[in-house]
Amino acid sequence: MVEVESLRVVRCGGSELNFRRAVFSADSKYVFCVSGDFIKVYSTATEECVHILQGHRNLVTGIQLNPKNHLQLYSCSFDGMIKLWDYIDGILIKTFIVGCKLHALFTLACAEDSVFVIINKEKPDVFQLVSVKLPKSSSQEIEAKELSFVLDYINQSPKCIAFGNEGEYVAAVRDFYLSVYFFKKKTTSRFTLSSSRNKKHAKNNFTCVACHPKENCIATGHGDGKIRLWRNFDDEKKYTYTCLHWHHDLVMDLAFSVTGSSLLSGGRESVLVEWREAAEKNKEFLPRLGATIEHISVSPAGDLFCTSHSDNKMIIIHRNLEASAVIQGLVKDRNIFTGLMIDPRTKALVLNGKPGHLQFYSLQSDKQLYNLDITQQEYINDYGLIQIELTKAAFGCYGNWLATVEQRQEKETELELQMKLWTYNKKTQGFVLNTKVNMPHEDHITALCFCNAEKSENPTLVTTSKDGHFKVWILTDDSDIYKKAVGWTCDFVGSYHKYQATNCCFSEDGSLLAVSFEEIVTIWDSETWELKCTFCQRAGKIRHLCFGRLTCSKYLLGATENGILCCWNLLSCALEWSAKLNVRVMEPDPNSENIAAISQSSMGSDLFVFRPSEPRPLYIQKNISREEVQWGVFVPRDVPESFTSEAYQWLNRSQFYFLTKSQSLLTFSTQSPEEKLTPTSKQLLAEETLPTTPFYFILGKHRQQQQDDKLNEALKNELVQLPLTENIPAISELLHTPAHVLPSASFLCSMFVNSLLLSKETKSAEEIPDDVSMEEEKESVDSDEENNFTEKVQDTNNTDLGKDIIHQLSKSEEKELRKFRKVDYSWITAL
Amino acid sequence: MAGYKPVVIQAYPVLGEKITQDTVYWNNYKTPVQIKEFGAVSKVDFSPQPPYNYAVTASSRIHIYGRYSQEPIKTFSRFKDTAYCATFRQDGRLLVAGSEDGGIQLFDISGRAPLRQFEGHTKAVHTVDFTADKYHVVSGADDYTVKLWDIPNSKEILTFKEHSDYVRCGCASKLNPDLFVTGSYDHTVKMFDARTNQSVISVEHGQPVESVLLFPSGGLLVSAGGRYVKVWDMLKGGQLLVSLKNHHKTVTCLCLSSSGQRLLSGSLDRKVKVYSTTSYKVVHSFDYAASILSLALAHEDETIVVGMTNGILSVKHRKSEAKKDSLPRRRRPAYRTFIKGKNYMKQQDDILINRPSKKHLELYDRDLKNFRISKALDRVLEPDCAIKTPEITVSIIKELNRRGVLANALAGRDEKEISRVLNFLIRNLSQPRFAPVLINAAEIIIDIYLPVIGQSPVVDKKFLLLQGLVEKEIDYQRELLETLGMMDMLFATMTRKESTSLLQHNTSDGFLENKKIES
Repeated sequence: MVEVESLRVVRCGGSELNFRRAVFSADSKYVFCVSGDFIKVYSTATEECVHILQGHRNLVTGIQLNPKNHLQLYSCSFDGMIKLWDYIDGILIKTFIVGCKLHALFTLACAEDSVFVIINKEKPDVFQLVSVKLPKSSSQEIEAKELSFVLDYINQSPKCIAFGNEGEYVAAVRDFYLSVYFFKKKTTSRFTLSSSRNKKHAKNNFTCVACHPKENCIATGHGDGKIRLWRNFDDEKKYTYTCLHWHHDLVMDLAFSVTGSSLLSGGRESVLVEWREAAEKNKEFLPRLGATIEHISVSPAGDLFCTSHSDNKMIIIHRNLEASAVIQGLVKDRNIFTGLMIDPRTKALVLNGKPGHLQFYSLQSDKQLYNLDITQQEYINDYGLIQIELTKAAFGCYGNWLATVEQRQEKETELELQMKLWTYNKKTQGFVLNTKVNMPHEDHITALCFCNAEKSENPTLVTTSKDGHFKVWILTDDSDIYKKAVGWTCDFVGSYHKYQATNCCFSEDGSLLAVSFEEIVTIWDSETWELKCTFCQRAGKIRHLCFGRLTCSKYLLGATENGILCCWNLLSCALEWSAKLNVRVMEPDPNSENIAAISQSSMGSDLFVFRPSEPRPLYIQKNISREEVQWGVFVPRDVPESFTSEAYQWLNRSQFYFLTKSQSLLTFSTQSPEEKLTPTSKQLLAEETLPTTPFYFILGKHRQQQQDDKLNEALKNELVQLPLTENIPAISELLHTPAHVLPSASFLCSMFVNSLLLSKETKSAEEIPDDVSMEEEKESVDSDEENNFTEKVQDTNNTDLGKDIIHQLSKSEEKELRKFRKVDYSWITAL
Repeated sequence: MAGYKPVVIQAYPVLGEKITQDTVYWNNYKTPVQIKEFGAVSKVDFSPQPPYNYAVTASSRIHIYGRYSQEPIKTFSRFKDTAYCATFRQDGRLLVAGSEDGGIQLFDISGRAPLRQFEGHTKAVHTVDFTADKYHVVSGADDYTVKLWDIPNSKEILTFKEHSDYVRCGCASKLNPDLFVTGSYDHTVKMFDARTNQSVISVEHGQPVESVLLFPSGGLLVSAGGRYVKVWDMLKGGQLLVSLKNHHKTVTCLCLSSSGQRLLSGSLDRKVKVYSTTSYKVVHSFDYAASILSLALAHEDETIVVGMTNGILSVKHRKSEAKKDSLPRRRRPAYRTFIKGKNYMKQQDDILINRPSKKHLELYDRDLKNFRISKALDRVLEPDCAIKTPEITVSIIKELNRRGVLANALAGRDEKEISRVLNFLIRNLSQPRFAPVLINAAEIIIDIYLPVIGQSPVVDKKFLLLQGLVEKEIDYQRELLETLGMMDMLFATMTRKESTSLLQHNTSDGFLENKKIES
């Protein structure tokens, strides 16, 4: 890093995958989804992200395959642009500038060179469906200003618009009516639900719409869980509808299968329902998908479905309703109670995930590693249900122990608390429940922390609670003569004048425990659990508490609710310094003395990095985020960076991540946007001409190896033409002889395998003096012709191969051929 | 996708004795047979040979009992005074016993008159034993001496006068014919070697020694005296291995189980304790009606015989395990069908696909999985489940509450069904572990059935009962709080440090105090 640029706040992954319906490629090998400003291309088979299409400057709001070329993809965004991509190579082909905020995108096969978008013109709540003519031009950026109005006053969500029967009509729903626009007649019909006219709080408003691909049939989902199938809607008087009712909560999305034979629906129950033949009786379920189904999409080939869920997850489902792949991003739709933690083993970010789960999220690969089920209870997703919340978690002893606290409070007096201690099992590579403590305290647990000192032989955990106590839990040997067991028991209960205990913190060497009781900080000796001293600043309740590290371990820091940051010296037991700073987040860096504090003001959040030994901050970054920052964490770097600039040295060994109230995960980076935005995965999509059969693995690998060999040898300029597998007579004999006249496979096997192994021998053959007689040279010409395919391959690989080598090649090739002929004869005689 | 997660049943620690393989083993005895003897039973000894008869020494008689006989099959009563320590020889054919007058008598099991009489002790002989070569007898007496006798010519061979108090117990080594140990009231246990004229090892027990025991290997010595049982390593020259203090009164007798894995000790505190000989932890204990003086285990631990001070002999036989096999065997599929496909060896290219193992779900879980909430509640309110495992019922009620459907599940019940729910509440409401869940359920029931109250006298009675229960509970809580206040005050005056109160409060209270159920 020669020239350090200014430090910028960058978003680091974890963007929504479930914002819009996913789109499948024509061959169902890839699935596309919008993800913030990007479009992500995932493989449906491996769940791997193969490409990230970057170029939009704002939230991408819609993607569709180009109906004329299924290897291209259209996307639209809030930045007013429609872009056309080649998703195989991840290249932007064209950009159409529309100019106004685009909310959704639709394409139609019959609509020549125009697409449909949702825009809002005047009022913020009024949305229009317009068709945009995409002008033909060779330039990269084209203005597309030719908009033609289709439908007005529609819902902004693309779920509420559907094109039906190969583009004959478009159906839109909003509130309590369904409008259908017929392109040929250019008329709009409007249908209102009769029962809803006079009711104010009727629940049967429209939520989504889908159109049958072949017939004139529209399916609409409603807030009361009903699905209505509309027919004969070209006549405003004679229209009919039938009802399908299984969902008990609103229908989130609907989709017809490609042939239209079945209808898929999903909602908050997290159950995918397949209605066969649109009949109430024939329905199939795929239950327990984990979270509310937000979107359903169907692959054009018809073999796969994809459901997007509210927990930032996409599930690829087979036609026979079997989930085949799960693409899981950072789960973000809930409150983060546990804060951000780093798993010492995997260096993964750990925080609340699915309800009752702890998610382990890899920051490097922007991928969820796994979910740890903490509550171990069947999750019932229902509106207004009070769920068990995972409120606290902490890692201890280098990731060997994990403590979690879950609570559920239905009424003021009924609090269910449970503390669980998990041990890391090396054999299964996961956490296993060790101890379960019911009601560890009589009131909410406010903090818990492990003693992470290196020399401590006995793991120790401290919990503080609003009931005025703090408890020390230690690991005890529970084993008897029958089995070996360890478990956690309460070792000590402390309190201080019945104040609520709010925070706790162990010093770095584990000798001291600091517990804050509202305004007062108490210091306890961790050997004897004696109260050593107390600090009180009368500056409001203590919000954060932490000890200094390394050279600053004699300092204790406390941030109060009234916006005072205090630093006490533990040797003199006196206040060292204090500063007026409304600290929201205070995090010590595990690798240095630095402490990061994020303060909150009306202007925004500011970052201060300082050492406890001096009140002057090392680094200040103003206005890192407009909204409130909730949590932060230092993540140790694998490879330390070396920033020369003194201001950035605090980032040398750790990286700082923080989470804002709207749950975007941000970090600091000095790299320029381009550098940062280089695609993470550069690998080429494999050319899919060869099917990956087991036979391919034998032959394809063989050929690959040959090509590599050839390349190497070409570099050495003593190139030897190697035979292609197709040209080995034994193989062609084997493949072209009818199976019923061949001897048994076991008999042929060794010969066949031997013929494949010949490539090694050719190298040695090269050293044998060339004793090819002249008359045999004629055949070498033939073999040249046979091998021209090989040469082509070779040419593509290495274009600077001279023609003069070909002759050489043919000679050695010819030598090979003779050898094969021998093999061949022996094979026949063996018959 | 993850399957259905069964309801977590809250497990509560079982109060009282833990069930281990030892408690199962030692509880597997029939109810004891009581046999009344003429005086305190000072010694019980099993014949080492089948049919494993045992000799019981009580008062001036020695009774030989058969294994299952309640009456003695033979009696030796030719003692002028109290007999002591009737012991079988290794072959089970000879029996030796000491007596209060200092004489030692040797009997043939089949005969009646003594074969030999060894005269030489001046005071009561409390311990006699055969040496490993079968031809000598070791005896210890209240005249502080230990003597070795030759059986064939009934002569005294050696006399050891090293003890300074009564010699009350002894034991000969089973391997070496020349070694034997004696324990005395002078607090020592001494090991003698007949080849030398003196003791070879002497250990200090600390209390008058009542019983000694050599392990079959001869490497370990166990001595009992006072409240202590001590184990000594003889191969290390009498080093104390472990000292066990598990009895409240003097330990009087020791015994090894037939496997050698367990050590039993009987004491005047009326208990027999079973120790593991690897960890020396108590793994089980038996209670008896009176102070225990003697204890013996039959071959393969088939019988435990305990003699007590009140002259009662308690005999416990192991329950026979053959009974289980006598049940009519169900016809099973033929062996051929049974192993079909099981012995197939996986070939190299075979891909093994296991049949997906079916997860077993409890019936209530199956109901909950299908959202049959009332059915699930009915199922756990069956008397079988509600009485035996109330924690399952409570867990299901809690789960229904978590799902927000408890009111639906409780509603719409007739008189019989609602009284079943109320019965369960009445039985378990006052238990602190169930109270938070059940109080909530009770409130819901009252809310639902308030409009129809008074229609059924049965249900009304139950409601009144419940009300009484709650009132009583509130009274208890008030009293508890008062006591707690008093104790707090006492502690406050006692603790010097005012800043910290290290007292952990009683956690079980506070559930009910702010709960009032109006019905």
